[in-house]
Amino acid sequence: MVRFYMEKGTHRGLYKSIQKTLKFFQTFALLEIVHCLIGIVPTSVLVTGVQVSSRIFMVWLVTHSIKPIQNEESVVLFLVSWTVTEITRYSFYTFSLLNHLPYFIKWARYNFFIILYPVGVAGELLTIYAALPYVKKTGMFSIRLPNKYNVSFDYYYFLLITMASYIPLFPQLYFHMLRQRRKVLHGEAVVEKDE
Amino acid sequence: MKHYEVEILDAKTREKLCFLDKVEPQATIAEIKNLFTKTHPQWYPARQSLRLDPKGKSLKDEDILQKLPVGTTATLYFRDLGAQISWVTVFLTEYAGPLFIYLLFYFRVPFLYGHKYDFTSSRHSVVHLACICHSFHYVKRLLETLFVHRFSHGTMPLRNIFKNCTYYWGFAAWMAYYINHPLYTPPTYGAQQVKLALAIFVICQLGNFSIHMALRDLRPAGSKTRKIPYPTKNPFTWLFLLVSCPNYTYEVGSWIGFAIMTQCLPVALFSLVGFTQMTIWAKGKHRSYLKEFRDYPPLRMPIVPFLL
Repeated sequence: MVRFYMEKGTHRGLYKSIQKTLKFFQTFALLEIVHCLIGIVPTSVLVTGVQVSSRIFMVWLVTHSIKPIQNEESVVLFLVSWTVTEITRYSFYTFSLLNHLPYFIKWARYNFFIILYPVGVAGELLTIYAALPYVKKTGMFSIRLPNKYNVSFDYYYFLLITMASYIPLFPQLYFHMLRQRRKVLHGEAVVEKDE
Repeated sequence: MKHYEVEILDAKTREKLCFLDKVEPQATIAEIKNLFTKTHPQWYPARQSLRLDPKGKSLKDEDILQKLPVGTTATLYFRDLGAQISWVTVFLTEYAGPLFIYLLFYFRVPFLYGHKYDFTSSRHSVVHLACICHSFHYVKRLLETLFVHRFSHGTMPLRNIFKNCTYYWGFAAWMAYYINHPLYTPPTYGAQQVKLALAIFVICQLGNFSIHMALRDLRPAGSKTRKIPYPTKNPFTWLFLLVSCPNYTYEVGSWIGFAIMTQCLPVALFSLVGFTQMTIWAKGKHRSYLKEFRDYPPLRMPIVPFLL
């Protein structure tokens, strides 16, 4: 991403060049839910489920499907946030499994999110907001009446409701991470003092 | 006669909450709960869970102090179950909602559809039939709550009423909106489809009611006894030969009938969600039956004959 920016001097076209990689890895994240379900990872299925669903939603149902917004600045915002978060997170997991976890990685995993999480959420929300006019105009992903199954679905209102759902969901996930941080980082400080 | 002493500790903090001396050996847990409420009025008996072990199972109200594995000074652990509400209240509220809400859409009360449709009536006969069936279903449920069901527990946690009402009222509004919509499309196979669906619906409603009556007759008024249900002379109860919870089987059947009658996807989704929940309940009930009765009929499945 950095290389792209330095070469082209603009963020336009960035999405196009990284989209295959992005889609591949974010979709693969579904595996993380499976790991929680079968118990090889101790995290709650619900928390991981919400996290991965929001990624899949952004990648496939927003950025991939709504072409006009692919060059928005807000896309860069969440791409950067996700990228740095994933690099830190997976390094943390890898080193933990190798039983050789440099303190810096642990520190990064439990501190970077404090800035990255809100930045990522802002990027996502701004992107959805930018997409709204196109969705309304084209009526995409929507089912209208009358139809033989007597049901309707309006993607525009669905997006509005999704944006609203960030209000209760984001604080819960954020405070969950803060609580984890206190347990992992400060739990250690207490232990060290005793020794 | 030797009197017992009972001390009640908080299950989480082990704090001593209450000390009762001179308790009769034949005192029941229910009576002890009443005594405990005297010193802590905010914890009425329905909210109390008393147990012998902080992490163990709750003692039943009918358990007698003398018969418990305790010395003459018994230690009981208390857990607050949270604010409670009676089952009857919850059932009446959650069933009255859909009855009323559906009718609002049926009569096309203003602000639900466009103004030009206010108080108009659908020209499709199936829409009128659907209203009769839906209303009948919920009136039946209300009457059963008042006159038929015998509940094992008096109360459930208060937060359940919000959860349950959101589910029932929400789905009722969603279904009713489409069925009573001016742009509603009647079933593809017309009168044939509606007749078949109505037959399924009526049979399952009769079946469901028969099972409720059979279960009621198993249990004398005011008691909490549990017995294995068996088929009676009523043919609808013969489903007991194949299934532990035929009331749930018939209930799913009714909603499948309604879905076919209205050919409405939200109804099908409601049936699916209901089926999932009832399957969980049926499996739990089936497991309790197997645990409690050694001679439980082996052919029976929880909810779907031979399959589930």
